[in-house]
Amino acid sequence: MLRLLFHTQLSLGIAQAGFVAVTTLIVAILARRRGARAGAEIPLALVRGLAQILLIGSILALLMRGPWWTAIPLLLVMIFIAATIVRQRVPRLPGAYTLSLWCMSAGAGGVILVMAAAGIIDTRIAMLVPVGSMIIAQNMNIQSLFLNRFLAELESHRGEIESALALGAQPEAAVAPYLQAAFHASLIPATDNLRSLGIVWIPGIMTGMLLSGASPIYAALYQFVILAMIFTAGGLSCLTATRLAPSRVFTRFQQLRTGL
Amino acid sequence: MPVPVLQAVDLSRTVTIGSETRPILQNISFAVQPGEVLAITGPSGAGKSTLLRLLNRLDEPSGGDVLVDGTSFRSLSPRELRRRVGMVMQRAFLFPGTVYGNVRYGPAQHGVPFSNRDADALLEQVGMAGYGDRDALTLSGGEAQRISIARTLANQPEVLLLDEPTSALDPDAKQAVELLLARVVRERQVACAWVTHDYAQARRVADRILRIEAGAVTALGTPAAVLLEQE
Ligand SMILES: Nc1ncnc2c1ncn2[C@@H]1O[C@H](COP(=O)(O)OP(=O)(O)OP(=O)(O)O)[C@@H](O)[C@H]1O
Ligand SMILES: [Mg+2]
Repeated sequence: MLRLLFHTQLSLGIAQAGFVAVTTLIVAILARRRGARAGAEIPLALVRGLAQILLIGSILALLMRGPWWTAIPLLLVMIFIAATIVRQRVPRLPGAYTLSLWCMSAGAGGVILVMAAAGIIDTRIAMLVPVGSMIIAQNMNIQSLFLNRFLAELESHRGEIESALALGAQPEAAVAPYLQAAFHASLIPATDNLRSLGIVWIPGIMTGMLLSGASPIYAALYQFVILAMIFTAGGLSCLTATRLAPSRVFTRFQQLRTGL
Repeated sequence: MPVPVLQAVDLSRTVTIGSETRPILQNISFAVQPGEVLAITGPSGAGKSTLLRLLNRLDEPSGGDVLVDGTSFRSLSPRELRRRVGMVMQRAFLFPGTVYGNVRYGPAQHGVPFSNRDADALLEQVGMAGYGDRDALTLSGGEAQRISIARTLANQPEVLLLDEPTSALDPDAKQAVELLLARVVRERQVACAWVTHDYAQARRVADRILRIEAGAVTALGTPAAVLLEQE
């Protein structure tokens, strides 16, 4: 329908974005009527997401002809911003920002570095930036899920944890089951994406590659590569969090902090 | 006069809520001898649980000292302190897994060998012989509380802190657990601080009673003296 009304690519894009924004807003309003708190965040998230993707689109257009290494500061900035977003999910966790920064540097950062060095991620900027950003974005979600779940587990198992401490357990041992639960829960979406790949879900980058004329088999394989990298990055960042998170939730006298 | 195993000296705790600092406990002092039960009573919110949590450092004192066998808690690691000062809470909070797993937990944390035979002996003491392989999370409230007592005793503590250990139990289980605890204290000669809001229970189990109101000691003495004044 829209295609009949808008003839240039830009105007079509704007119309398409406007249309989905309106439908999302309607859902947000409905959600809010039902008392879902998430409803309130949606309009702002929409505007923010749109502005950001437009900005990065323009930057990419500029950088496309630049040297490959300009991707490095760009991806670094993305990791820093992702860490601030994770922190907002767990505002009362002390040191949440540096914690997520370390975790995502080890996860997304490590995977991008190794895979680019091994030639698995093409280091041309038009590939490195979108693929890298995909890994970082998913890593951010996984990291948020991890910390969110971990803190929720602590809150609902305060009695068990303090019982363990009272028996002389190391803080790390006292929270080990809850780190495990958080680890498991945070990787569920990435695992399900891998499991349903191609059946329930033909992801964007494959669509993009097909549209731009790549061989379907190569596009399929590469899609698998990306999801596997997302999974690996997520796993690495959670492993790092498993090591670093316990010290943030205990005082130096091995007392479980309150109000996390 | 025997040496007190547990001694609190001018123990205080203040908490900061927003910009406001509020004292919850002020200058609490007492001593408990081996084999003695000190009952701690007082109205809800008086600070009884907080006091116990200072004694094994689950909460941090803002002032004063806790001495275990004459050693300040500050010169013990929290883990060592907590092994020596055992605690039983109002609810059992057993860990998922078997009863054996729960009873072994404390020794395992300290690298102390602890066999199922050792566990069986403890289970027998708390009246739960033969329960070792049971799933801990399927036990009744009274059974679970007995396991949590066995779990605490497995660490061979010198001090036993009890925070209303029978208040979540039905009358039969309550009486049985009360008798069990009183017996354990006498047999093992541990120093026991027992929080209870039940004056009849305090009269039954206590050698002395400490009454706290609004974070301060208002009475300390024999049950007859303290409870008489109360009534
Ligand atoms: N971390 C904390 N921050 C703020 N206030 C606290 C904190 N811990 C305890 N309090 C307050 O200190 C007071 C004493 O609490 P505590 O749990 O020790 O009372 P209690 O005597 O055990 O009461 P109850 O008989 O109801 O168990 C209460 O007013 C409680 O709200
Ligand atoms: Mg209490």
